[in-house]
Amino acid sequence: MWDYSEKVKEHFYNPKNAGAVADTNAVGDVGSISCGDALRLTLKVDPETDIILDAGFQTFGCGSAIASSSALTEMVKGMHVDEALKISNQDIADFLDGLPPEKMHCSVMGREALQAAIANYRGEEWVDDHEEGALVCKCFAIDDVMIRETIRENGLSTVEDVTNYTKAGGGCSSCHEGIENILTEELALRGETFVPGGASKKAKKKEALVSLDTGAPSATPMTAVQRILVIEQVLEGLRPALKADGGDVQLVDVEGKNIYVNLIGACNGCQMAAMTLGGVQQKLIETLGEFVKVIPHTEREAAEA
Amino acid sequence: MSDIYLDNNATTRVDPEIVEAMLPYFTEQFGNPSSLHSFGNKVGFALKNARKQVQTLLGAEHESEIIFTSCGSESDSTAILSALKANPERKTIITTTVEHPAVLTLCDYLETEGYTVHKLKVDGKGRLDLEEYKKLLTDDVAIVSVMWANNETGTIFPVLEMAEMADDEGILFHTDAVQAVGKIPMNLEDSSIHMLSLSGHKLHAPKGVGVLYLKRGVRFRPLLRGGHQERGRRAGTENVTSIIGLGVACEQAMKHMEYENTEVARLRDKLQAGILSQVTHAFATGDVDNRLPNTANIAFEYIEGEAILLLMNKAGIAASSGSACTSGSLEPSHVMKAMGIPYTAAHGTVRFSLSRYTTEEEIDRVIEAVPPIVAQLRKLSPYWGDGKPLENPEEAFAPVYA
Ligand SMILES: Cc1ncc(COP(=O)(O)O)c(C=O)c1O
Ligand code: FES
Repeated sequence: MWDYSEKVKEHFYNPKNAGAVADTNAVGDVGSISCGDALRLTLKVDPETDIILDAGFQTFGCGSAIASSSALTEMVKGMHVDEALKISNQDIADFLDGLPPEKMHCSVMGREALQAAIANYRGEEWVDDHEEGALVCKCFAIDDVMIRETIRENGLSTVEDVTNYTKAGGGCSSCHEGIENILTEELALRGETFVPGGASKKAKKKEALVSLDTGAPSATPMTAVQRILVIEQVLEGLRPALKADGGDVQLVDVEGKNIYVNLIGACNGCQMAAMTLGGVQQKLIETLGEFVKVIPHTEREAAEA
Repeated sequence: MSDIYLDNNATTRVDPEIVEAMLPYFTEQFGNPSSLHSFGNKVGFALKNARKQVQTLLGAEHESEIIFTSCGSESDSTAILSALKANPERKTIITTTVEHPAVLTLCDYLETEGYTVHKLKVDGKGRLDLEEYKKLLTDDVAIVSVMWANNETGTIFPVLEMAEMADDEGILFHTDAVQAVGKIPMNLEDSSIHMLSLSGHKLHAPKGVGVLYLKRGVRFRPLLRGGHQERGRRAGTENVTSIIGLGVACEQAMKHMEYENTEVARLRDKLQAGILSQVTHAFATGDVDNRLPNTANIAFEYIEGEAILLLMNKAGIAASSGSACTSGSLEPSHVMKAMGIPYTAAHGTVRFSLSRYTTEEEIDRVIEAVPPIVAQLRKLSPYWGDGKPLENPEEAFAPVYA
């Protein structure tokens, strides 16, 4: 059985806002029937103020799909549609005190339903740009499509590259065979042959950690100090959310593309640590406009020991 | 009220008598059966006895045809890889689309190694087409591996006939009988089955022990090489306690074979009829006239299996589902897909698997508990309207697919 949080169970056993809103003016239908999830979100939006007055869901899906839908309706009620559009799937997962990696797609479905419903309210056509593939890396909830796209966009050719760009493979490493198979196929498409790392993997890996800048072009050249300041600003912006969960994050060092942080308090060591780091990294990549890797300081110590 | 366990195709409870029989082999009888001294010697005799008990249940001609392994999956891998090694000039494997992953995943892997794998298709009721099969039996086939009974639907395949057809062409035949052994009678001596896999924990023996039956005279290549255990066909010190447990389990299964096929089957039929008479838009999957006596797989349309299981679990009922979500994959069960069950039903399949411990009172409780759970989830379903599915459900709700 899944390791569902109490919050997930609560929203599954006693879902809030189940059923369609009667006089809805915003409907979002999304889903993936092959993977067994589909969601109709109905909203009632005040046309004067753009405030969401009511929300209801109908879901075909598993426990966490129903819980994510319920959570989403609770989150958006009373919000301005512009605010609501800012809700990320991570926000939905956080609201539920986390989801197992295999189930993160349920929160993605919630966010997409919201986007679709608001597009419908505004008389726009919502186009889905999210494609989902089979889960490859369970440690970081990274799927096949994401790995392939990243390989193609950045011309990656080793498992280490894939780990550095997507995090896939950076945990227990049991997905390396799967990643190698994807690389073999993708490289064949480019007319190349995949060369596995072989025995010198360990040594290579360390080297890869500090030579990440191949391929990912950085948008704005910054001085080292400017970069650190920007990084600090981003962390500052995330701090309130982390503190709300009883945690915090500290910048320890910046070394090329590697940003070493200390996770403090509730986040540290818990299953959510990886998720939290993922969120921080995503934010930093967006703000800096370049690829960076956020690494817990403890891992560096371990690696160097 | 204690919880109700209807997931016996996943694993079974170890019978107390079996536990009892095993205990001395943890303590005073701890010797290595290969040792000459009295500590080991007695254990060696106990193993021999267990082997006989397995032989009897399978109806095998010789006791030496029984090779103890660590699980059903190991037996499957050993059988298939042995056939390929022993017949290096043959490069084709015949199996079915609905095998257990223990066979399918291995075959998919072997395909990447250059082997050709033919997966026999099934019809809407999960049945094979023997005409198609016959045509595939060529000189290039190293092994046919077809399960005796399907773990999800309980559907029984005509393995005796299929083995004979393979044997006539000089092709090795293996069957994964993990779900069938102990539930339906068999007499391998009179069959053309060359190899058969079973797994202890499906018949009230402990986890971590399995058997590969290997007909005398069939060419064999071991998976594990090393010591001379199992006559050199499976190296590694024996899992003595579990093997002894398995021996007793086989003896018990033999004793309960009739009960399994009368009482257990009756309770299963009652359960299925009881649920289907109350729940609309639900149906039993597989070949219902030709299936294991303990299994009923019911598809509940327009709702999803994991959600059903969670609510059933809350009501104290344990079962399993073929939905994508319970397995963590993106696709519903390959067995349901192979039978062409639509997605709106395949995700809502629930497998109820009984055992000789299941009581009438338990079945009555499940019949009472399931319909309201289905109704509760259907209320949340976008395909469902006022007590029935929307008209043209697939058109009325057609989400943008991700
Ligand atoms: C048909 C079938 N084959 C093989 C197996 C695997 O057996 P084991 O768990 O002993 O490896 C199972 C168990 O679920 C099964 O049902
Ligand atoms: S599954 Fe990918 S690193 Fe653990």
